[in-house]
Amino acid sequence: MISLAGRDILHAWGKFVFTGFGLGLLIGVTLVMAGVYRGMVDDGKALLDNSGADLWVVQKDTLGPYAESSSLNDDVYRAILAMPGIAQAANVTYLTMQVRKGERDVRSMVVGIAPGQLGATPGWPPYLVAGHQITRGHYEAVADIATGFKLGDMLKIRRNQYTVVGLTRRMVSSSGDPMVFIPLKDAQEAQFLKDNDAIWQSRRRTEANPAFNRPGVPGLLDAVIASQSTNAFVNAVLVTLKPGHAPDEVAESIRRWKRLTVYTRSQMEEILIGKLIATSSKQIGMFLVILAIVSAAIVAFIIYTLTMDKIREIAVLKLIGTRNRTIAAMIMQQALALGVIGFAVGKITATFAAPLFPKYVLLMPLDSIAGFFAVLVICVLASIVAIRMALKVDPAEAIGG
Amino acid sequence: MKRLPLQRRTLALLAVIVPLLALFIYVGLRSGPLAPVAVTVVTVESRAVTPALFGIGTVEARYTYKIGPTFAGRLKRMEVHVGDPVKAGQVLGEMDPVDLDDRVRSQESAFKRAEAVLREAAARQTYAETQARRYEQLFAVRSTSEEIVTTKRQELQIADAALSAAREDIARARSDREGLVAQRSNLRLIAPVDGVVAVRDADPGTTIVAGQAVVEVIDPSSLWINVRFDQVSASGLAGGLPARIVLRSRGGQTLTGRVLRVEPKADAVTEETLAKVTFDNKPEPLPPVGELAEVTVDLPALPAAPLIPNAAVRREGDKVGVWQIVEGDLRFSPVKLGASDLNGYVQVREGLKNRDQVVTYSEKALTAKSRIHVVDHIPGVSE
Repeated sequence: MISLAGRDILHAWGKFVFTGFGLGLLIGVTLVMAGVYRGMVDDGKALLDNSGADLWVVQKDTLGPYAESSSLNDDVYRAILAMPGIAQAANVTYLTMQVRKGERDVRSMVVGIAPGQLGATPGWPPYLVAGHQITRGHYEAVADIATGFKLGDMLKIRRNQYTVVGLTRRMVSSSGDPMVFIPLKDAQEAQFLKDNDAIWQSRRRTEANPAFNRPGVPGLLDAVIASQSTNAFVNAVLVTLKPGHAPDEVAESIRRWKRLTVYTRSQMEEILIGKLIATSSKQIGMFLVILAIVSAAIVAFIIYTLTMDKIREIAVLKLIGTRNRTIAAMIMQQALALGVIGFAVGKITATFAAPLFPKYVLLMPLDSIAGFFAVLVICVLASIVAIRMALKVDPAEAIGG
Repeated sequence: MKRLPLQRRTLALLAVIVPLLALFIYVGLRSGPLAPVAVTVVTVESRAVTPALFGIGTVEARYTYKIGPTFAGRLKRMEVHVGDPVKAGQVLGEMDPVDLDDRVRSQESAFKRAEAVLREAAARQTYAETQARRYEQLFAVRSTSEEIVTTKRQELQIADAALSAAREDIARARSDREGLVAQRSNLRLIAPVDGVVAVRDADPGTTIVAGQAVVEVIDPSSLWINVRFDQVSASGLAGGLPARIVLRSRGGQTLTGRVLRVEPKADAVTEETLAKVTFDNKPEPLPPVGELAEVTVDLPALPAAPLIPNAAVRREGDKVGVWQIVEGDLRFSPVKLGASDLNGYVQVREGLKNRDQVVTYSEKALTAKSRIHVVDHIPGVSE
């Protein structure tokens, strides 16, 4: 038995393949859009993964440190270390700012990481792609490769120069800004330190305050100024647990006895994905749905018009007594072939286009498989409409009009 | 002849479909979560490591002389400015003496008056002595009464007492005057040592409370650096170790120095150990006091031991270790780490031996199931 569909495709294969390509680009855009959504969620999860923490201890009644600002005294971690079940507790600061390098500046999240045992301290970048981890207690930085910095570059954060000693990958904030890791003490200073003009003005203001600048008490002014220009705060304490301790129990005991707010990994994910990126991800999700519907409609139209183009030939087939099944199979096979070509082209386009996006685009294999079946289903549904039209055609049309 | 166009068409179709299929399969396997993770590998080697400590500090003067008056008063003159070199004993300025000079003059007059009183008392005593002697002689030949003799003796005693009172008065007047002169000279602000004026806090006319510093003199040869080392990375810090100093204003220039002492009291709030580092040679020009300095202290080299880059150290659950490549497969080996240096190398005390292959850099976090492919450097990293 000869394949009617194959013959028909071969008859005008150029048109067929190009239609497939066009469809593929549309499917590619849909896949990329799904990837953008996944990437957004993954950014949030990457932030949590990279911190390496089991628990996040933050200022009481805040959703910190990512979704809200939170500030804790930097000696709180000592009290937490003494709680049962805690393996490591490390201070961390997060500050989103423009990091300058020469003329250029890059929006990044500056992370202050506490010194500690190599590999065990939470907050450190878990893996590098070049260079080494921070070894000095000051003025070294590990930057994400997305910042565009290279090893040995000098960065300027506030008034200090930092040397890039290591590069890492996929270390991003929940909004996709690349991270720059610097030692905690520098980060505390960077977070608090105002520009020099502001410091001078603040000193003058203090000087002008008669309560602080009393002629009878030399040294008072200096003491007041010194106390104004220190920062003993961090944004959160990252905690890792000893094996065999349930995060919820330890979190509860810190909540109860230290009167601080503690989030476990699942709660943090909920905050990040459910609250922080909720609206923007819904926006993308909405767009994805619309795009999928539009793609489905376009696929249906294409198959419908392809069939309509051949309506005269179908009439001839009917005239010579071809069975309806054969005609239906021909149309459906063509629709599926179109869908398969479209999906292949779409997947390839999406894969090659994904790295070009400024923010992370994550193409999940499961999404692709689901997309593949969705394309097939849409093709089948679209072909059913076309088959109905084809079967209804009057064989007389072949010789008439 | 009739079949040929069809074949050509089939070939053309295949020419489009086959590369598309090949590309599709490549894309499916080489990207996304199924793709192998690019890693770089390093062979563990035994090497000596030279640990070093890194701290920051500020330039401070070891000796700072805060010079000010011991009495409240008004500054009369101030002859030195910031940066002026001064010699020991040099007068830097003076407080307003107000009435002190007049009081010195008054004391001088009082002294002269006391001298006059002394002369008077001496004259009276000489007369009383003469009188007493004469009446003693008259009384011896019984030509005067005993009562008169007694009176004369008493007058002599009174004159003696008046004389010694007048002498003491002179001493008192002299001491009073000397005291005032000393106070007067105490109003001068005098440099105790050779040095440089670092601060001039008040200008003439300013009223100053007792004990307030008016000028600060520092000894420039005593400059040192008060360095803070994080307690986590301060093991091995000791006096006498060589240090390299980079001043913030002289980025490219490394000065040599030495740890003078490690302070017995650490900073409990900032969790830092404090140490003093002195310069080997006095830096020229002198760095300003308060300038930030980065100090690297070199510790003695340690014997050779298996050495790995610190980027290879990963955490897996609650264990610290490295990803080792054993017969092409990934295996996580927990390790115990020893000393490290500032260039990012760390010694392994337990868990690895020489010639082991460990993963240094990886494109993403590794798991035991990750497929890997070994590369020279991770794609995307510009050399």
